[in-house]
Amino acid sequence: MTEPCADKRLLLTADLDGELDAGRSAELHNHMRGCPGCAALRDDLLSLRRTLATDIAYHRVPHALRQKLAPSTKRETAWRLPAGFAGGALAAGMALLLLPHSPDAVSTNELLASHLRALQPGHLTDVASNDQHNVKPWFDGKLDFAPPVRDVSAQGFVLDGGRLDYVGGRTVAVLVYLRQKHVIDLYVRPDAPTAVSNTANGYNIVSWTQNGFAFTAISDLNINELQQFADAFQAQS
Amino acid sequence: MEERDRRAVLLLRHLDAAYNLARHLMRDPTQAEDVVQDAMLKALAGAATFRGGDPRAWLLRIVRNTAYDTLSAGKRRGEELLEDDLADPSADAETLLSQRQNVALAADALAALPLEWREALVLRELEGLSYREIAEITQTPIGTVMSRLSRARQAMLTARDSTP
Ligand SMILES: [Zn+2]
Repeated sequence: MTEPCADKRLLLTADLDGELDAGRSAELHNHMRGCPGCAALRDDLLSLRRTLATDIAYHRVPHALRQKLAPSTKRETAWRLPAGFAGGALAAGMALLLLPHSPDAVSTNELLASHLRALQPGHLTDVASNDQHNVKPWFDGKLDFAPPVRDVSAQGFVLDGGRLDYVGGRTVAVLVYLRQKHVIDLYVRPDAPTAVSNTANGYNIVSWTQNGFAFTAISDLNINELQQFADAFQAQS
Repeated sequence: MEERDRRAVLLLRHLDAAYNLARHLMRDPTQAEDVVQDAMLKALAGAATFRGGDPRAWLLRIVRNTAYDTLSAGKRRGEELLEDDLADPSADAETLLSQRQNVALAADALAALPLEWREALVLRELEGLSYREIAEITQTPIGTVMSRLSRARQAMLTARDSTP
């Protein structure tokens, strides 16, 4: 078994985490083509990432402790909403103020609002399944187009289901993927993109077009990994 | 909304992240709850030290410091379980994990990692944080974050490969 180059270990780690600039990353990938040891370590690191994604528990705070820590004010009913939602709504409010009034701003705001609405309990998916062969046919007859549903679990993004949503004046398909506890909403519509890649208050937006569809992914996942998701999704076409 | 409540809302949004980190650092649900509660109270009381920026990173730093304090206090009281945690993780990764047993499962291998490697891996893989954010939370240079992650992953791979 060939060993990886000692001086490449840190670079391989940084590259895996999306922390290398494009030039150094390209250099490293070029090196891996001629170096089985480094290429094998890269594969091992990717497989370890998948193992961690599936085998390591994300411990959510016990309900009783959350209740105990919530502010005890008159607005108690509001606090009973999941904290994620309360904070999210606040973050959305700030995002609305911060986004520039460019032509795309309305739809970006609309997307963000739609995403945050969906994060409320019970609103995320209309069809819940990890299998694209269940999710894809669910959209049949509900839309005037057939959204592509792709399996990117090998890259650590697990399909969670899909739903219908209404943004930009039309009904669209939303595919829901999970990376750990992070929800990725992928909006799919059959025409020109209505949102640009953007970042607002911790929510990242990545948009692209492919095969006549416009895709917009929105998540609180960091921008590097959201871009990895976009790349992985496009590569599966 | 009162300023304190506003801050509480911002912090509560990151309560799962706080608890998850505490749980992986303390490896015990009760101690993790104590750490989170302590950290939240400190965060709300010490708001003067919050000068904008990312509230999650700020809360996680307080959680992290509280966890370390609790572990140190436990060590002073001679709690055996914690001994390895605060040792300098300079030992070679392979030796380190081969001395352990029951690291066949990824969760066990993670729990067996030195504290500083474990926290880097949890913040990176479970929270999806960038090196800059992890550096801020752990008050460590970015280069150190990178080397901890590299060694933590190597140790996890070694544990996996040495499992029959
Ligand atoms: Zn090499």
